[in-house]
Amino acid sequence: MGHFGLPRNANWTSFTPTMHRADFIEERDGDARSIMLTGSLSLSCLGDVPKRLDAIDGPVTCIDLSRIEHIDTVGAWVVHRAAERLDAPVRGADPGAERLIGAVSQAGLPVEMRPVQQPPLLRILDEIGTAVVQTAQTMVGLLGFLGATIITGWMLIRHPSRFRINAVVQRFEAVGVTALGIIGLMSFLIGIVIAQQGSVQLEQFGMEVLTVNLVGRLTFRELGVLMTAIMVAGRSGSAFAAQIGTMKLNEEVDAMRTIGVQPMEALVMPRIIAVVVMMPLLAFYSSILAIIGGGFLCAISLDIPPVTFVQRLREVVPITDVWIGLIKAPVFGLIIGIAGCFQGLQVRGNAEEVGQRTTAAVVQAIFLVIVIDAVFAVFFTWIDWK
Amino acid sequence: MTEAECLDITEGQGEHAISIRGLRTSFGPQVVHDALDLDVRRGEILGVVGGSGTGKSVLMRAIIGLQAPDAGEIEVFGQPMTGEADEEAQLAIRRRWGVLFQNGALFSTLTVSENVQVPLREYYPAIRPELREEIAGYKIRMTGLPEDAAPKFPSELSGGMRKRAGLARALALDPDLLFLDEPTAGLDPIGAAAFDEQTRDLQQTLGLTVFLITHDLDTLHAICDRVAVLADRRVIAVGTIDELLATDHPWIQEYFNGPRGRLAHAGSVQLKTSGAKGAPA
Repeated sequence: MGHFGLPRNANWTSFTPTMHRADFIEERDGDARSIMLTGSLSLSCLGDVPKRLDAIDGPVTCIDLSRIEHIDTVGAWVVHRAAERLDAPVRGADPGAERLIGAVSQAGLPVEMRPVQQPPLLRILDEIGTAVVQTAQTMVGLLGFLGATIITGWMLIRHPSRFRINAVVQRFEAVGVTALGIIGLMSFLIGIVIAQQGSVQLEQFGMEVLTVNLVGRLTFRELGVLMTAIMVAGRSGSAFAAQIGTMKLNEEVDAMRTIGVQPMEALVMPRIIAVVVMMPLLAFYSSILAIIGGGFLCAISLDIPPVTFVQRLREVVPITDVWIGLIKAPVFGLIIGIAGCFQGLQVRGNAEEVGQRTTAAVVQAIFLVIVIDAVFAVFFTWIDWK
Repeated sequence: MTEAECLDITEGQGEHAISIRGLRTSFGPQVVHDALDLDVRRGEILGVVGGSGTGKSVLMRAIIGLQAPDAGEIEVFGQPMTGEADEEAQLAIRRRWGVLFQNGALFSTLTVSENVQVPLREYYPAIRPELREEIAGYKIRMTGLPEDAAPKFPSELSGGMRKRAGLARALALDPDLLFLDEPTAGLDPIGAAAFDEQTRDLQQTLGLTVFLITHDLDTLHAICDRVAVLADRRVIAVGTIDELLATDHPWIQEYFNGPRGRLAHAGSVQLKTSGAKGAPA
């Protein structure tokens, strides 16, 4: 016999009929065996009955439902399955129970419940192969996208009336103005860290004064633009991918095409122009803030007054360093914009894809920025901008 | 084993599955419902109609606890669902309803079969995975999905199939109460009629109470026992379609006696007479 189900309702009173946990007894009559189910055969009350029913073996004459209190489709399914396995008829079911059992047995089971899975070794090989192919496809795709961007850019130059000035200005704000705070703070702190760490090392040679060279050259040439690129990739590149990806999922991009608006023109170009224009400004701003940070540290811990700091800066930092930073910045911006928009447009299917593509956009942008930075470093040394 | 898990479906054996008194909901200054009363009887299919923006979906969301009302009382199976009431008891009631959202609201990263298994996994972690999969399997078939739908992802399904998959998930816990938000919207007439029939079948087989929001006049005529009309921030009338036709509220007259309403009515009468001839039992 089952146990009493505890009442969950605060208003429960003693005369309300209550549900009993499902259970069953095996009744032996000589060799014949029958199963008598009791209690409530519902999802919440079944407990271990399905498991115990599965354990029953051997001939069973019938499954008796005459003493059950309630049955739902799960109970009906369990009874149906046991009856089929044991080849035993179901007896004593009231019309409702009979109807339920009929409904679930008619429904049956789908042939496939899960997507087909390969054996582990094959799957690993498959995944490696897919990754290689995808990487190659992405690189080709990026190159193609760069081409499409250039073509659209050229078309905009020939038909300036189609240039979406409002959209571009809006992006200027999102990419540039709102990034000022975080990039400024980051650069200022990095300037302090470079000056502090550099001075500790240079002190050993009594050359603390060279800290100015270190801060000045490093920030203008490399760190200002590189850190800005990483920050912009994280802030704006990801936003581009997520925005365009979500629009793709909502079929907004398709709607645009049918109306005759080119997504390249309306979505991609404003973002790429914004990031290409904003990157040099942000990179320069970042370098200046890093220098201020370095100067600040020099003033308080190395006793180099700001005036001396600036004077020395003008002596040791060649103007080519500034040019190098300013030349690299728009190229990095282009990479970030293209990676973000390209990945966004690749989204199809579901919400998880948006996340994956956003991650891919940022990772690709930062990776490519660093690769191109290395190429630039070699190139500028080669043309003697040392 | 915790005995308290055994849900007592005989609890709250009152006449009403849902009973709402003096409900008021608002979004900022915009009042959606004010002093709204509604009773849903056990075992009936109640159709809820109303113009766009009269708060049909908001009413459903208020009942299922997604939208906190400003005032009023909502009881489901005799259990108060508003305010600081017993959370345990509310949770027990939550297990007794299933909801089909307007666009199915399937989890896009899970297969259909996994979608149906989510509520089972969540509420009954003790069920063995094989049995859980079987339960999902026959539920998927019961809602009329084809055999090969179970391992597919929602993005691979058509709109109608997505609705059916959503219905299968709503039925996962064998609920007593089913909420359907515009189940036939966006389906072709044949698909919509099939879905109506499926709903009716399931309701009768499983003994469900159905709260059905719809714009589909054919659905109202075909399967609803009673219809509640939402207007002027409250339920202005509840009854069978014939009873509603007897009222003289202009919106109701316009709704049921407009060209589309008359067509649907004619269609349902025709269907009933031919059905009576076909099945003399």
